[in-house]
Amino acid sequence: MATFTLRVNGARKTVQVEPETPLLYVLRNDLLLNGPKFGCGMAQCGACSVLIGGKEARSCVTPVSAAVNAPITTIEGLGTLEKLHPLQRAFIDEQACQCGFCGNGMVIAAKALLDRNASPTGQEIRQALSGHLCRCASHNRIVRAVQRAAREMRS
Amino acid sequence: MNASRRDFLKQSGALVVGFALVPSLGIAQEPARLPGSLQNNRRLDAWLAIEPNGRVTIFTGKIELGQGIGTALSQIAADELDVDLARLDIVHGDTARTPNEGQTAGSLSVEQSGTALRFACAEARDILVSAAAAKLGVPAADLNVSDGTVTAPGGASVTYWDLAGAADLKREASAKATPKPASGYRWVGKSVARRDIPKKFTGGAAYVQDVRLPGMVFGRVVRPPSPGARLVSVDDARVRRMPGVVAVVRDGSFLAVAAKREEQAIRARDALKRSARWKETESLPPSGDALYRHLMSAQAPAQTVADKASATAGAAVKTLDAVYTRPYQCHASIGPSCALAHWKDGALTVWTHSQGVFPLRADLAKALGVDPKQIRCIHAEGAGCYGHNGADDVALDAALLARAAGGKPVKLQWMRDDEFAWEPYGSAMVMKLAGGIDAQGQVVSWSHELWSHPHSTRPGSTPGVNLLAARHLANPLDPGLPPDVPQPSGGSDRNAIPLYDFGNVKVVKHYIPESPLRTSALRTLGGYANVFALESFVDEVALAAGVDPVEFRLRHTTDPRARAVIEAAARKAGWQPGTRGDGARGRGFAFARYKNLACYVAMAADVEVERATGRVRVTRAIAAVDAGQIVNPDGVVNQIEGGIIQSASWTLKESVRFDRTRVTTRSWADYPILRFDEVPEVDVVLVDRPGERFLGVGEGAQGPAAAAIANAVANATGKRLRDLPLTPERLKQALA
Repeated sequence: MATFTLRVNGARKTVQVEPETPLLYVLRNDLLLNGPKFGCGMAQCGACSVLIGGKEARSCVTPVSAAVNAPITTIEGLGTLEKLHPLQRAFIDEQACQCGFCGNGMVIAAKALLDRNASPTGQEIRQALSGHLCRCASHNRIVRAVQRAAREMRS
Repeated sequence: MNASRRDFLKQSGALVVGFALVPSLGIAQEPARLPGSLQNNRRLDAWLAIEPNGRVTIFTGKIELGQGIGTALSQIAADELDVDLARLDIVHGDTARTPNEGQTAGSLSVEQSGTALRFACAEARDILVSAAAAKLGVPAADLNVSDGTVTAPGGASVTYWDLAGAADLKREASAKATPKPASGYRWVGKSVARRDIPKKFTGGAAYVQDVRLPGMVFGRVVRPPSPGARLVSVDDARVRRMPGVVAVVRDGSFLAVAAKREEQAIRARDALKRSARWKETESLPPSGDALYRHLMSAQAPAQTVADKASATAGAAVKTLDAVYTRPYQCHASIGPSCALAHWKDGALTVWTHSQGVFPLRADLAKALGVDPKQIRCIHAEGAGCYGHNGADDVALDAALLARAAGGKPVKLQWMRDDEFAWEPYGSAMVMKLAGGIDAQGQVVSWSHELWSHPHSTRPGSTPGVNLLAARHLANPLDPGLPPDVPQPSGGSDRNAIPLYDFGNVKVVKHYIPESPLRTSALRTLGGYANVFALESFVDEVALAAGVDPVEFRLRHTTDPRARAVIEAAARKAGWQPGTRGDGARGRGFAFARYKNLACYVAMAADVEVERATGRVRVTRAIAAVDAGQIVNPDGVVNQIEGGIIQSASWTLKESVRFDRTRVTTRSWADYPILRFDEVPEVDVVLVDRPGERFLGVGEGAQGPAAAAIANAVANATGKRLRDLPLTPERLKQALA
């Protein structure tokens, strides 16, 4: 076990774990966050995504030891029920899910996209999300939600 | 509530016995038939509670799985009670608190639970208004209700919350109160935002994975490498000494480990896997084309499903036949199955994303050898399941492991490979179609013969215990051979009987209950494959008759609701009769009424074909849906969109891989599904039928989507693909 200090959603958090522990389990089980989900543990589906230093990372394959140097943002860090981030509001307004299990990764990937491209085309959104799997098939609603959030964030 | 319901059941049971003993008195009669799930859960207070604090709680045995049922049921209840939607709380699937409505399956939740709540809430409103009338000294008929406040003409008022104590809901429902007419609805028929969504996008505790209990430890299971494998040896002593390990369970070939930290449990699982020695056997069927020959050669008697001779049908001038196939396919939930189990003083509580908490409890009791009364199953959402996935199995895994964990609650999460290799699949199927047309192009003979394994082996559907771990225990429990789901809804033969006005229809099934690969309910059961075959063959016959596919369907359809969706979809799509594809682009059409008794769906699909690679892309789908009275239009559209795209994924890509010993589908790399850059645009036209029976829509689109895509490929290329999935290899071969 070793001690790691992480910056998560603007707060400093210290945990004692093995260095190779996937960040996902630290976020979920030590910091009690629900946003990042276990989907595959192999970086194939995107349910576990978080932002590390503003870039999307698959927390299921990111060792905690590799996550200490940059701030980590989870979906909880974007906004709350009372003060929603435009992306969260847009996903709710578009009713952009059925089960919603993939939703965390979709919002996180969309955040990373909009940070580098404020006016993505539909095709660019599909491209940016194509590494994220959705089984209920809410894809078109998700694309519309990202477009709606982009509009709101620009105005 | 539980105790009072039991008392009631005892009483009614006693009555039934009494009648049975004295039939000569001539008073033997069953209790009055009540609508929807009220029939089996007859007390009003089983369905709702008026709370003194101004809240209303409704109880349903149907569970939320992202289909929006909690919202739809709330809309129905709020309308019948005349209360604001925001006042409602809803409790889903809890063996200690809710009605037993069996499984949440078959797109029946709005029909069964919605209908029960509709009548229960209408009756509760009458009781509350009567109580208000007595209190206000005004005839009930003169009172007006708005958001739970009952007001007399003079302005005097009293609220439901004041009356909560006086209004007695501890009684049997009569279903005598008249529910509102469609014109009186305030919430039903509106696209009310789903109540489950906000927490899902803000990191709220939305899933069973998010349930945390004090002192909880983490579990993992080590499954055999293959269905026929038996555990020979494992060095569990070494694993018990690993950091954090709390318990290792080895019982026959069932192997599981619990640890203080989740990553420790995963490491311990890996260590167990490395040290375990298994004896494997070749228990699986052949794959590829041989699989279908194997199915058709199974010892399964031909059972006639339908045999309708037609006196008026003339002789066929042209006949044709074709064989269609569908492989084993996965539910492939994004989140692998998960459960929490906690033993305390001999009693077990399980948090589960099972679709049926009561049937699960019954099978857990058998597998664990305890009284069902000692088990409470509480539903919490999981990732979308689309039928019977590992949800029930993991509940037994967690219970077995928790029993060895010294009273600590255990959260057991399957790994990705556990889900892919061990979830019960949608059965492989073969459909053999034959038909004949007369000189006018009318169908004068039609035959549909099918081969299939079971489509429903959920807890409660098999004579034994079909919880996976039970078959691996040292004293194994056999799942037994499940019966097929009978007509009229059907299982293997679901939607095999054509709804069209065909002459001389014969439908035969070969139901093969023994299945070397576990199979069970995948959205639509046999409906997906049967509609794929039937509606593909309709196009083949229409082509032989030289009639446009939409025109051909209409010529054979008298049901006005079927005609309406076919016409609406064709109109919305701008269907041009007789249009030929240009080799690269094509358009197809299909129709079905789910189970031949639920929602009507017709659709057109546009495809683009890359001739060089054989790749098919569905660019657009246009569907028309009649779901009776629509409770939540956006909810219906969401289900249909999802159904079409999921079916496009099944149809173009999906097939479980295996050799004679092992399932080799272990990750998303082995089981690709449709991605963002491959999904079609979808347009949905709703044909609302105010006042008609509610019809669920979760499974209405999958069959038509498959056939519309296959028909579009045939329209584009002139080549008919009859084997699912419609892979690039198959199309390239057809085009060569």
